[in-house]
Amino acid sequence: MQSPATYHYKVVRQFTVMTVIWGIVGMLVGVIIAAQLVWPELNVNEYLSYGRLRPLHTNAVIFAFGGCALFATSYFVVQRTSHAPLFAPRLAAFTFWGWQLVIVLAAVTLPMGMTQAKEYAELEWPIDILITLVWVSYAVVFFGTIVKRTVSHIYVANWFYGAFILAVALLHLVNSAAIPVSLFPMKSYSAYAGVQDAMVQWWYGHNAVGFFLTAGFLGMMYYFVPKQADRPIYSYRLSVVHFWALIFTYMWAGPHHLHYTALPDWTQSIGMVFSLILLAPSWGGMINGIMTLSGVWHKLRDDPILKFLVTSLSFYGMSTFEGPMMSIKTVNALSHYTDWTIGHVHSGALGWVAMISIGSIYYLLPRLYGKAQMHSMKAVETHFWIATIGIVLYIASMWIAGVMQGLMWRATNLDGTLTYSFVESVKATYPFWTIRLLGGVLFLTGMLIMAWNMFKTMAGGQTINAPVLKAAIAH
Amino acid sequence: MDINDLRTVITVLLFVVFIGIVWWAYSDRRKQAYDEAARIPLDEDSPLIPKAASATQGNEKQEEKTS
Repeated sequence: MQSPATYHYKVVRQFTVMTVIWGIVGMLVGVIIAAQLVWPELNVNEYLSYGRLRPLHTNAVIFAFGGCALFATSYFVVQRTSHAPLFAPRLAAFTFWGWQLVIVLAAVTLPMGMTQAKEYAELEWPIDILITLVWVSYAVVFFGTIVKRTVSHIYVANWFYGAFILAVALLHLVNSAAIPVSLFPMKSYSAYAGVQDAMVQWWYGHNAVGFFLTAGFLGMMYYFVPKQADRPIYSYRLSVVHFWALIFTYMWAGPHHLHYTALPDWTQSIGMVFSLILLAPSWGGMINGIMTLSGVWHKLRDDPILKFLVTSLSFYGMSTFEGPMMSIKTVNALSHYTDWTIGHVHSGALGWVAMISIGSIYYLLPRLYGKAQMHSMKAVETHFWIATIGIVLYIASMWIAGVMQGLMWRATNLDGTLTYSFVESVKATYPFWTIRLLGGVLFLTGMLIMAWNMFKTMAGGQTINAPVLKAAIAH
Repeated sequence: MDINDLRTVITVLLFVVFIGIVWWAYSDRRKQAYDEAARIPLDEDSPLIPKAASATQGNEKQEEKTS
C-alpha cells in the first residue's frame, strides 16, 4: 500500500537553486578582492573597498552558498531517511525567505560599513535577531521531522545535521550578544571586553568551522557518498565514534587563533593540544567516506559526481592534517598573519565544502526536476577539472607566499635590525597573488558552467515531489 | 573544593563517557543494528523492501568476501 503523501521538495528546490546563484555571487566578490590585491586601483570608492568587500565575500560564500547548500540537503536527507515529509512545511518556507533576506541585508549593510567587526559574525544586531528567528524555525522543522519519522533508527547523517543546527544556535547567541546603540546606522557594542571578547570570538570562529563548515557537510557526505557509490558507508560504528569525538573535541580548539597574544599561555596550550587531537576524528570521517568506495573504485573513472565527492574528502583529509600542524605554536609563529592561513582556509572551503556541495547538488537537481541526469554530464566533468586545477593553483600559490612572508618578517641582520621592511614582503607576494587570482577565476568559471547546466536541466522538466516511502518495519 | 575542581571532574567524566561510547559502538551486539542502519539511505529507493533483509550486510563484511 503506497501512501499518497509526497515529500516537500519545493523548499529543497529553492535552496538548491540559490546555492548555485549565491555561490557565483560570493565567488565573484572573492575574485574582485583578489584582483584588488594585484591592482590596488580597483578600490574605486569606500563602498567597494577591499576592507568592506572582504567580509561580504566570506559571509556570501559561508552563509549564503554554504548555508543554502546545508538547508537544501538537510531538508532532503532528513525527509528521505526518516520516511516522513517535512514537519511544518510553511515554517520551512519561512526559513527560505528569511535566510534570503538575511543575505540581502548583509549585501547592503556590509558595503555601507555597518559591522560588529567580529570575523564571520560581522552582521549587526537587527540582522542577528532575524538570523536567530530563522535558525530556531530551522531547528523546529528539522527536529520535528525527526520526531515524525517512521524509521526507528536516526540515520547518522541526521546526527551530523542536528549537531550543526544546535551548535550554530549556541555559537550565534553567545558571540553575537551585544548592547545595541542605534538602529540606523546599525551599531552595537559587544557584551564582552578585552581578551574575553577575543576568546569568545575565536571560540565562535573555530566552531563555525567545526560545526557549520564540517559537521553539516559531513551530514551531506554520509548521505550522498553512499548514494552515489551505491554502497553502504564503510563502517557505521566508526561514524558513531568519530561523531562523538568531533563533538567533544572541537569546542576546545578556538585558542589556536590567539597564539602569542594576551590570552593566557595555558589557554593557548590547551587550544593547541585539542587541535592536534582533532586530527583523529577528522580523519575518521575522511577514511570512512573514501573507504565506502572500496570494491567499486572503477566507478570513479566515469562518474564525475563521484569524482567531486571523493576529491572533496581528499581535500578534507589534507586540510584537517594541515590545520593541526598550523596550530602547533612554533609552526604558528611562522604561519600566523601570512597568506598560508588563506591557503589553508581555501583548501577546506573550496576543496572540501564547495566540492562536496557541488557533487551533492549535481545528484539532487535531476531528481528534483524529474530528469534522469544532468543536462550535460560532460559539462560536469569539465567543471570538475576546472575547479580542481583552480584549487591547486590557489592553495599552492598561497603556501609559497605564506612561508615566504613568514620568513621575510622574522629575518634579522647581525645587529638585530629587520632584514626586510613590510612593503618588501608585499612586493615579493605580487606574483603569487596573481596566480591566486587565476585559480579563483577558474573556480568561478566552473560555477558558471554549473549554472548553465542547472538551468538547462530545469528547462522543460516538471517539479517532482517523490512519494513518501513506507514505514520501514525491518528497522 | 572550588569551581575549578568541578570543571576538572566534568572534563574527566566526559572523557569516561566517550570511552564508554567507543566500547558500546564496537561491542558485538551493536553489529547487526548498525549494518541495518547503514542500509537506510540505500534501501529507501527500492520497492522490494522484503528482499533487503537478506542484502543486509555491512561494507566491511563484503570487503572480506570479495578479497
